[in-house]
Amino acid sequence: MATALKSYRPPVIEPSEEGDELLEVAMGPHHPSTHGVFRMDVALDGERVIRLKPVFGYLHRNHEKIAETASYLAAMPYTDRLDYFCSLTNNWAYALAVEKLAGIEVPERAEYIRVITAELTRVQNHASAIGFLLQEMGASGTPLMYAFREREKILDLFEELTGSRMMCNYMRFGGCRVELPKGWLERVRTLVDGLPKFLDETEALLTGNEILMARTQGVGVLKPDLAVNAGVTGPMLRAAGVNYDIRKVDHYGIYDRFKFRVPLGDHGDIYDRYMIRVLEARESIEILKQALKDVPAGPIMDPKSKIRGFRPKAGEAYGRIEAPKGELGFYLISDGTGNPYRYRVRPPSLINLTVLEDMCLGQNVADVVLIFGSVDIVLGEVDR
Amino acid sequence: MLGEGMLKGLAETAKNFAGSFVSKERLTTVQYPEERIAPIENTRDFPFLVYDGDDAMAGLRCVACQICEKECPPKCIYIVKSTDKKPDFVGKMQIYPARFDIDISVCMSCQICVEVCPFEAIKMDTEFELSTTDRFGGLLYDREQLSRSNEHYHKIHPTEAAEVDARLAEEKAKAEAKAKAAAEAAAAKAAAAPAPKEAPAKEPGA
Amino acid sequence: MSLTAKLDQIFVLLQHWISGFFPLWLQPAVGTILAVIAIVATFPGIFAVTTVLERKGLGRMQNRLGPNRVGPLGLLQPVADGIKSLTKEDIVPASADAVVHFLAPVVLVAAIFLGFAVLPVGRNMVLMNMDAGLLFFFAIGASTELSIFMAGWSSRNKYSLLGAMRAVAQMISYEVPLLLSSVVAVMMTGSLSTVKIVEAQSGFTGIFPHWYVFTPWGFAGFVLFVIAALAETNRSPFDLPEGESELVAGYFTEYSGFKFALFFLGEYLGMLSIAGFGITLFLGGWGAPFSFLGFVPSWGWFFVKLFGAIAFFIWLRGTLPRLRQDQLMNFAWKFMLPMTLLNLLVAGAWRFLGEGWSRWVVCSAVLLLAYVLLGRVLMRKQNLGPRSYRYAD
Repeated sequence: MATALKSYRPPVIEPSEEGDELLEVAMGPHHPSTHGVFRMDVALDGERVIRLKPVFGYLHRNHEKIAETASYLAAMPYTDRLDYFCSLTNNWAYALAVEKLAGIEVPERAEYIRVITAELTRVQNHASAIGFLLQEMGASGTPLMYAFREREKILDLFEELTGSRMMCNYMRFGGCRVELPKGWLERVRTLVDGLPKFLDETEALLTGNEILMARTQGVGVLKPDLAVNAGVTGPMLRAAGVNYDIRKVDHYGIYDRFKFRVPLGDHGDIYDRYMIRVLEARESIEILKQALKDVPAGPIMDPKSKIRGFRPKAGEAYGRIEAPKGELGFYLISDGTGNPYRYRVRPPSLINLTVLEDMCLGQNVADVVLIFGSVDIVLGEVDR
Repeated sequence: MLGEGMLKGLAETAKNFAGSFVSKERLTTVQYPEERIAPIENTRDFPFLVYDGDDAMAGLRCVACQICEKECPPKCIYIVKSTDKKPDFVGKMQIYPARFDIDISVCMSCQICVEVCPFEAIKMDTEFELSTTDRFGGLLYDREQLSRSNEHYHKIHPTEAAEVDARLAEEKAKAEAKAKAAAEAAAAKAAAAPAPKEAPAKEPGA
Repeated sequence: MSLTAKLDQIFVLLQHWISGFFPLWLQPAVGTILAVIAIVATFPGIFAVTTVLERKGLGRMQNRLGPNRVGPLGLLQPVADGIKSLTKEDIVPASADAVVHFLAPVVLVAAIFLGFAVLPVGRNMVLMNMDAGLLFFFAIGASTELSIFMAGWSSRNKYSLLGAMRAVAQMISYEVPLLLSSVVAVMMTGSLSTVKIVEAQSGFTGIFPHWYVFTPWGFAGFVLFVIAALAETNRSPFDLPEGESELVAGYFTEYSGFKFALFFLGEYLGMLSIAGFGITLFLGGWGAPFSFLGFVPSWGWFFVKLFGAIAFFIWLRGTLPRLRQDQLMNFAWKFMLPMTLLNLLVAGAWRFLGEGWSRWVVCSAVLLLAYVLLGRVLMRKQNLGPRSYRYAD
């Protein structure tokens, strides 16, 4: 188990010669590989990184303030736009927090639908993350195009269900917004049957590739102690070897009905993160297969819950889920009125970014882009 | 052996290259805008106001209750109530919107206005090629631009429109049944009550 | 002459016919000029087709169509690209060294065109039949590195200079394996002349040709030559100097418009010329692959093989990620160099062991063993290798 780091200071890398001028470079915000508008102020000594300071906030959109002035319902479409790749998991986290706050029960059919959509989101997110990582490595977009081919199928399913490919706005407090269209479950089953083949193809293309191994093994190592103490969650934490998956820890939703394993890495480098994402996608397919077998009939929404004029009683709640990027949490303080007194998002991408400097120190500058890509951030979540 | 993984990767790419000539699975793009993928029924893009019948303004279902304006998250709806009334689909006199503007450039297609409308008056359209060269007013749609007939609604969302029509017909039937029952009750009450006393005639100049 | 022989020599006959119109003392010069015009017309034409084929090939590998709007099947795309690069504003940085800045792409293109002079495109179809053709080719190839450094230096840009230095370091360190891997062909032929090397491979045993690639040392030499050629021309997976997702943008950041197009042209022409050279050294140049296919003209075979090489380069580009700079250099000095030196020994042993099956077995075994051992050392040094993952219980 990880120990608490009493006084942690990042390692100091001395420049090779005294009086040598450090090359200060700003990577971004206009950069083809920074996953959005993000800037890194890097100080280089030749090829090694001496100092790295991330600068973000270019995409700040006042999400928390908007949610505090708008009603609880109106904040739901804004949560889609946090981690815009995984809007359904964002919706679920917010709905979970509000349900905890107001003590609302969710019917079983809605829970099953939530699990199915969340795991589909996880598969497409991990596939895209791998694609983006390889794109930055210079594989001219081939794994990215394969990942997007599968992602398109999943997004088409989301469009049939929720009306929109990415900004789904589907969960409500007490269940889901709209009933499943006819034949949707069949189409999901067909898709899920085809997903292992896609993952096998991606692994055949990438896993044994010596160039990939040379560029990612031993690069950007994150030690488990540092990961735990910095609050890193998600695939990055599990790649460092720490067994912490909120689906297993919190047992939220109906995850304890499904049998799935949690893969762990040993080295904490980029290769481990890549492989953990592939293995997690496989485990998600297992969960999907089990969940699709027995979706019960019934209501999808708690009959007592209100859409408009929702006023939970005063109190506070923290609802968190295992989003594909890490632990996504919503902290709500209600004062009995129609909008929250305090609404705070715990963004996994931002918390995972705090260890970027520690991972990059002493590394080659060409690896900074790869390490940054392996953290798998989305700027919408970092800046909110 | 060094190079084995790379050779496997090369085989994979070659498979995709060869497959792109023979199977649709390996060539997944379409030549937009000549070819289009069939639109999915449930898709939602921007709102429109439904009207029954042929006359857009006379048949608008919207009664300007302003619930959608209050619930809209980015506050892109602007409604001004009318000062007079017109009959709605069950015959009751209702106010109607004198102005109903939606700023499409602000709308985030969240569909909350559709969810909260009690009168099935606003629904989501499926048009997304709405770009215009007018920077300032081109994406601000007023009442006339937003109105579409019920037939149009049936065309774009058949199952949903069928459900809505069924619900409205049910409500109309219930309202008619209630009106009939109320009329019968009033007639019964009138029949059971004693004959009204004749008012004493006012003598002129008495 | 029979019909196939006439078809084979059609360009030579054309050249003689046209120069027949000129007085005798002018004829050699006219003949040379015609050949130069042919080279300058053909290879940039192949370059244009290569750019479209690359984009369409990459597209098909990625489950999409490539460009297909300009012309039938998108084949006129290079025309559109050419017009675009010609009409862009030519920006020269104010603090740049204007003369060197202007000369860098010119030197590159001139040097590359010179390299085509010793490439035997068909039977009797070489511009200059030099006795030291190979030496000439490599000497000219080295001067392309000069132009890259000129480009990086004249831009007066810290990042361009760093990019240029990286590119030059990469090219210099891959010159050695490139040369050493081609020396085996010279050893076996006994001559530095490209024409003689091709002629030495033009025999057949049964239906199989005598190409050097079908021998153990030739195969190893060919593979090493291809890898070194990829690195020389900055092609994927060795294209770090021009990678867009890297920090340093490359030695040609400050170039725009036609000068950038010239750099692009120079790079692709370099790829074509070195591919052609590899075909000459190992794949039998203009020779047919089977004896019964000899009726196809020799220049036809050369271009077929050239397109095959281009297709292979495009295939590699679409599949492999790029290597980091220090990994590149590591690979060159610690893997390629020992392998090429060993290849020389093996080629000598081949000659020494005489005819028979024993030399095949011995040479193949030695090369295979060396490859496996060196590969293992290279990977293990940095603790690279496949991994297995545990699951939490």
